[in-house]
Amino acid sequence: MLQIENLTKIYDDGTEALTDVSFTVEEGEFLVIIGLSGSGKSPLLRCLNRLGAPTAGRISWNGRDIPAADQSDLREIRREIGMIFQHFNLVKRSTVMTNVLSGRLGYTPPAWSLINRFRKADKERAIRALERVGIPDKADNRADELSGGQQQRVGIARALMQDPKMILADEPVASLDPVLAHSILGNLESINQEDKMTVICSLHFLDLVQRYAPRVIGLRDGVIVFEGDSQDIRQLSDERFKDIYGEEAERLSA
Amino acid sequence: MSAQPTAPPKTSEATPLVQTRITDRLANFPWWALFLALLGVLLVYSFATDATYQNIIVYLSAGVRLTIIVTLVAFSFSIIIGLITAFAQMSEGSNIFSVIARNLATLYVQIIRGIPVIVLIFYTALVIIPASINLLNALGDWMVSMGWLAADNALSSLTSRGISFVIRGIIALAINYGAFSAEVFRGGIQSIDKGQLEASNALGLSWFQTMRYVVMPQALRRIMPPLGNDFISMLKESSLVSVLGVGEITQLGKKYSAATFLYPQTYNSVAFLYLSITLILSMGVKYMERRMAVSEET
Repeated sequence: MLQIENLTKIYDDGTEALTDVSFTVEEGEFLVIIGLSGSGKSPLLRCLNRLGAPTAGRISWNGRDIPAADQSDLREIRREIGMIFQHFNLVKRSTVMTNVLSGRLGYTPPAWSLINRFRKADKERAIRALERVGIPDKADNRADELSGGQQQRVGIARALMQDPKMILADEPVASLDPVLAHSILGNLESINQEDKMTVICSLHFLDLVQRYAPRVIGLRDGVIVFEGDSQDIRQLSDERFKDIYGEEAERLSA
Repeated sequence: MSAQPTAPPKTSEATPLVQTRITDRLANFPWWALFLALLGVLLVYSFATDATYQNIIVYLSAGVRLTIIVTLVAFSFSIIIGLITAFAQMSEGSNIFSVIARNLATLYVQIIRGIPVIVLIFYTALVIIPASINLLNALGDWMVSMGWLAADNALSSLTSRGISFVIRGIIALAINYGAFSAEVFRGGIQSIDKGQLEASNALGLSWFQTMRYVVMPQALRRIMPPLGNDFISMLKESSLVSVLGVGEITQLGKKYSAATFLYPQTYNSVAFLYLSITLILSMGVKYMERRMAVSEET
């Protein structure tokens, strides 16, 4: 269980990215965070694995205090949390296989990786991860030869290699076209349902949210302005919609 | 990017086009290379037939060996110094070690950048090395007084004279180029997209693993070509250690011409030797640049 209490994040320049955010995520939940760009979705996800350190507040994950973890605890926590990025963040000129295998490095002792070739068991695991996301035939291609959607699947396969207990997806489909967006979210949905893995995903297209999100939190200017399930999101009134997306936002799909 | 002349448009039409093609070819032909090649042939011909030139080349060949050794050794050390300096400069955070490392590295780079190489060579050979020897002597004597070492230990018996000027020259060049290669390394490493670092942090990679698997494989492609150019300029600047009397090409040329008054022949040969080495090396760097540029394309 992930418990977030009074989380606040203030950047060095004084910008307040998150203000007093509290919520709880149960094991195996699929939580979608919505909001405009700059509403604090990204800083929130980043606080959860401490890519960005929170300014104040508590984050407790299965009894572990994330803000207080020291370097070695933090590495251990991070390797149990997979992360998927908007721009994929693959090593572009390495092969797909190498990229996926790098997801396993968190389990390799740092000194060992100086000489270590990847183990056979890890390679088999990597093939399984690629099969899972539907691109086992791309293993030997260079990452930059793949389309955006395929690159994001490599990103997911890499996260699966970590054997994570939770996956954070920061705008995973924002640089993909709608068809690919559905297949990527489908991948995440099946991981969530088949493996009972917790997934926290930020999205900003409402139609995707309505299709995939069992539970939604809406952020605006770093404050939680909406909490509900997929039913609530479908029945969102114009007024509530403007609470999340601002006065000038127009509803495109109804 | 490519130095190759662009191919004229392929067409099998009328004469004017053919005419343009020929003038284009002539205009884009690397005449300088032809001139250089002719010059080379002329010199090689003299070396082969003229006993004066033959004597000079035989005399200078020992210098060629030394020039290459000095350059290779000094360059290897400069890479090590540069790598350490680059990481020290990039060390972040406010803990005491990174603050000290960062400042020391920046101080070193700033000082070296502002001193002419030749002054640095004198300074290293005649100030830094003797001072370091004195320091080591004092350390040895102190350890003797503490009873940790015998009176005739290696530290106390070191003398400045024991350090040859070849070694001093190598150290001076390494110190000088270490500062420049540090900048090359830093530029290459910092050119890596920040998202890559975030991803490897998120994967739970240690700093070392991040460097080994994520940063370095990508940064090396941006580091290698400028480092190759540094190697070429170091080969040329190794001629400066002749001021210490180190018998590399330039020094031997100086000695030979002073003894024989054959100034034109000697310096023709000296220049020819440097030029042929650097031309070969720069062809190597060009090749490297092209290969890296190809793999850079997305």
